[in-house]
Amino acid sequence: MSGRVLVGVKRVIDYAVKIRVKPDNTGVVTDGVKHSMNPFCEIAVEEAVKLKEKKLVKEVVAVSCGPQQSQETIRTALAMGADRGIHVEVSGKDYETLGPLQVSKIMAALAKKEDAQIIILGKQAIDDDCNQTGQMTAALLDWPQGTFASEVTLDGDKIKVVREIDGGLETIKINTPAVLTADLRLNTPRYATLPNIMKAKKKKIANVKPADLGVNLTSKLEVLRVEDPPQRQAGMKVETVEDLVGKLKESGKV
Amino acid sequence: MANPLKGEVMRLYKTLLYLGREYPKGAAYFRERLKHVFMKNKDETDPEKIKQLVARGDHVIKELEALYFLRKYRAMKKRYYDPEK
Repeated sequence: MSGRVLVGVKRVIDYAVKIRVKPDNTGVVTDGVKHSMNPFCEIAVEEAVKLKEKKLVKEVVAVSCGPQQSQETIRTALAMGADRGIHVEVSGKDYETLGPLQVSKIMAALAKKEDAQIIILGKQAIDDDCNQTGQMTAALLDWPQGTFASEVTLDGDKIKVVREIDGGLETIKINTPAVLTADLRLNTPRYATLPNIMKAKKKKIANVKPADLGVNLTSKLEVLRVEDPPQRQAGMKVETVEDLVGKLKESGKV
Repeated sequence: MANPLKGEVMRLYKTLLYLGREYPKGAAYFRERLKHVFMKNKDETDPEKIKQLVARGDHVIKELEALYFLRKYRAMKKRYYDPEK
């Protein structure tokens, strides 16, 4: 198969940053905070680039939806080996309400426009933890899906996917075109080295508006409140077993 | 410093500096240590010795990449995967 792979990459707050909730509880602080590519998206890009290196696909296109800064994330994907990028410009209020449904509509429209054979996404984003975009995209396109993929093998015009599920691994075979979502153990993403970043500057990033794709971004969801998780209660130390039993009885647990 | 190797050393320094931005103890800490280590060897003229030092630097690059990957992998595993499995 010598098709085109579309890889979705999301710009999220870096995984190592300590998240702070805004004082007005409408969201988290993002201004001046370090952002990077979602770790699961990195794994998705790596898988796509690996397929191209094995000459199983002919082109890897990195897609990101968001404001101007999303281009940095696309550049990282290009430095990892993607051929070109598409930046779907979404900013302001639209970006605040951008969720899996809107992104999957965009991905579906792009898949048709770019004549893609495979769409690879990260299984979920570490900021919203939705785990929905891949599934919704497959449904909108009426394509089969291989989600939580920990191993992907192209076999003629079919794809064998080993999926991580509760209780073990499941192996399925699906037709192409298809949507895959990457799980943690799918591969080890390469680091975007400085010379590759320099080379990636020559690669093209096309700019597209959702309206050009005929996508309506209105969301039916409204964020009511964002707050910190409850503080963990400090533990107590006891001297003897009797003390422990006493304390458990006191708190009504025994 | 031998001329052809100057390019190598510059490449190494720039690459390490770039990688150091993500260093857990902070980019500033890393940059100070990096500069110190490079300055310590700045008067080296023997090309063989320089090649060895550059090779050591390349090794450090690999170690940093591995460190960063493991940190991220372990963080993701801890957050998203049941420890009882």
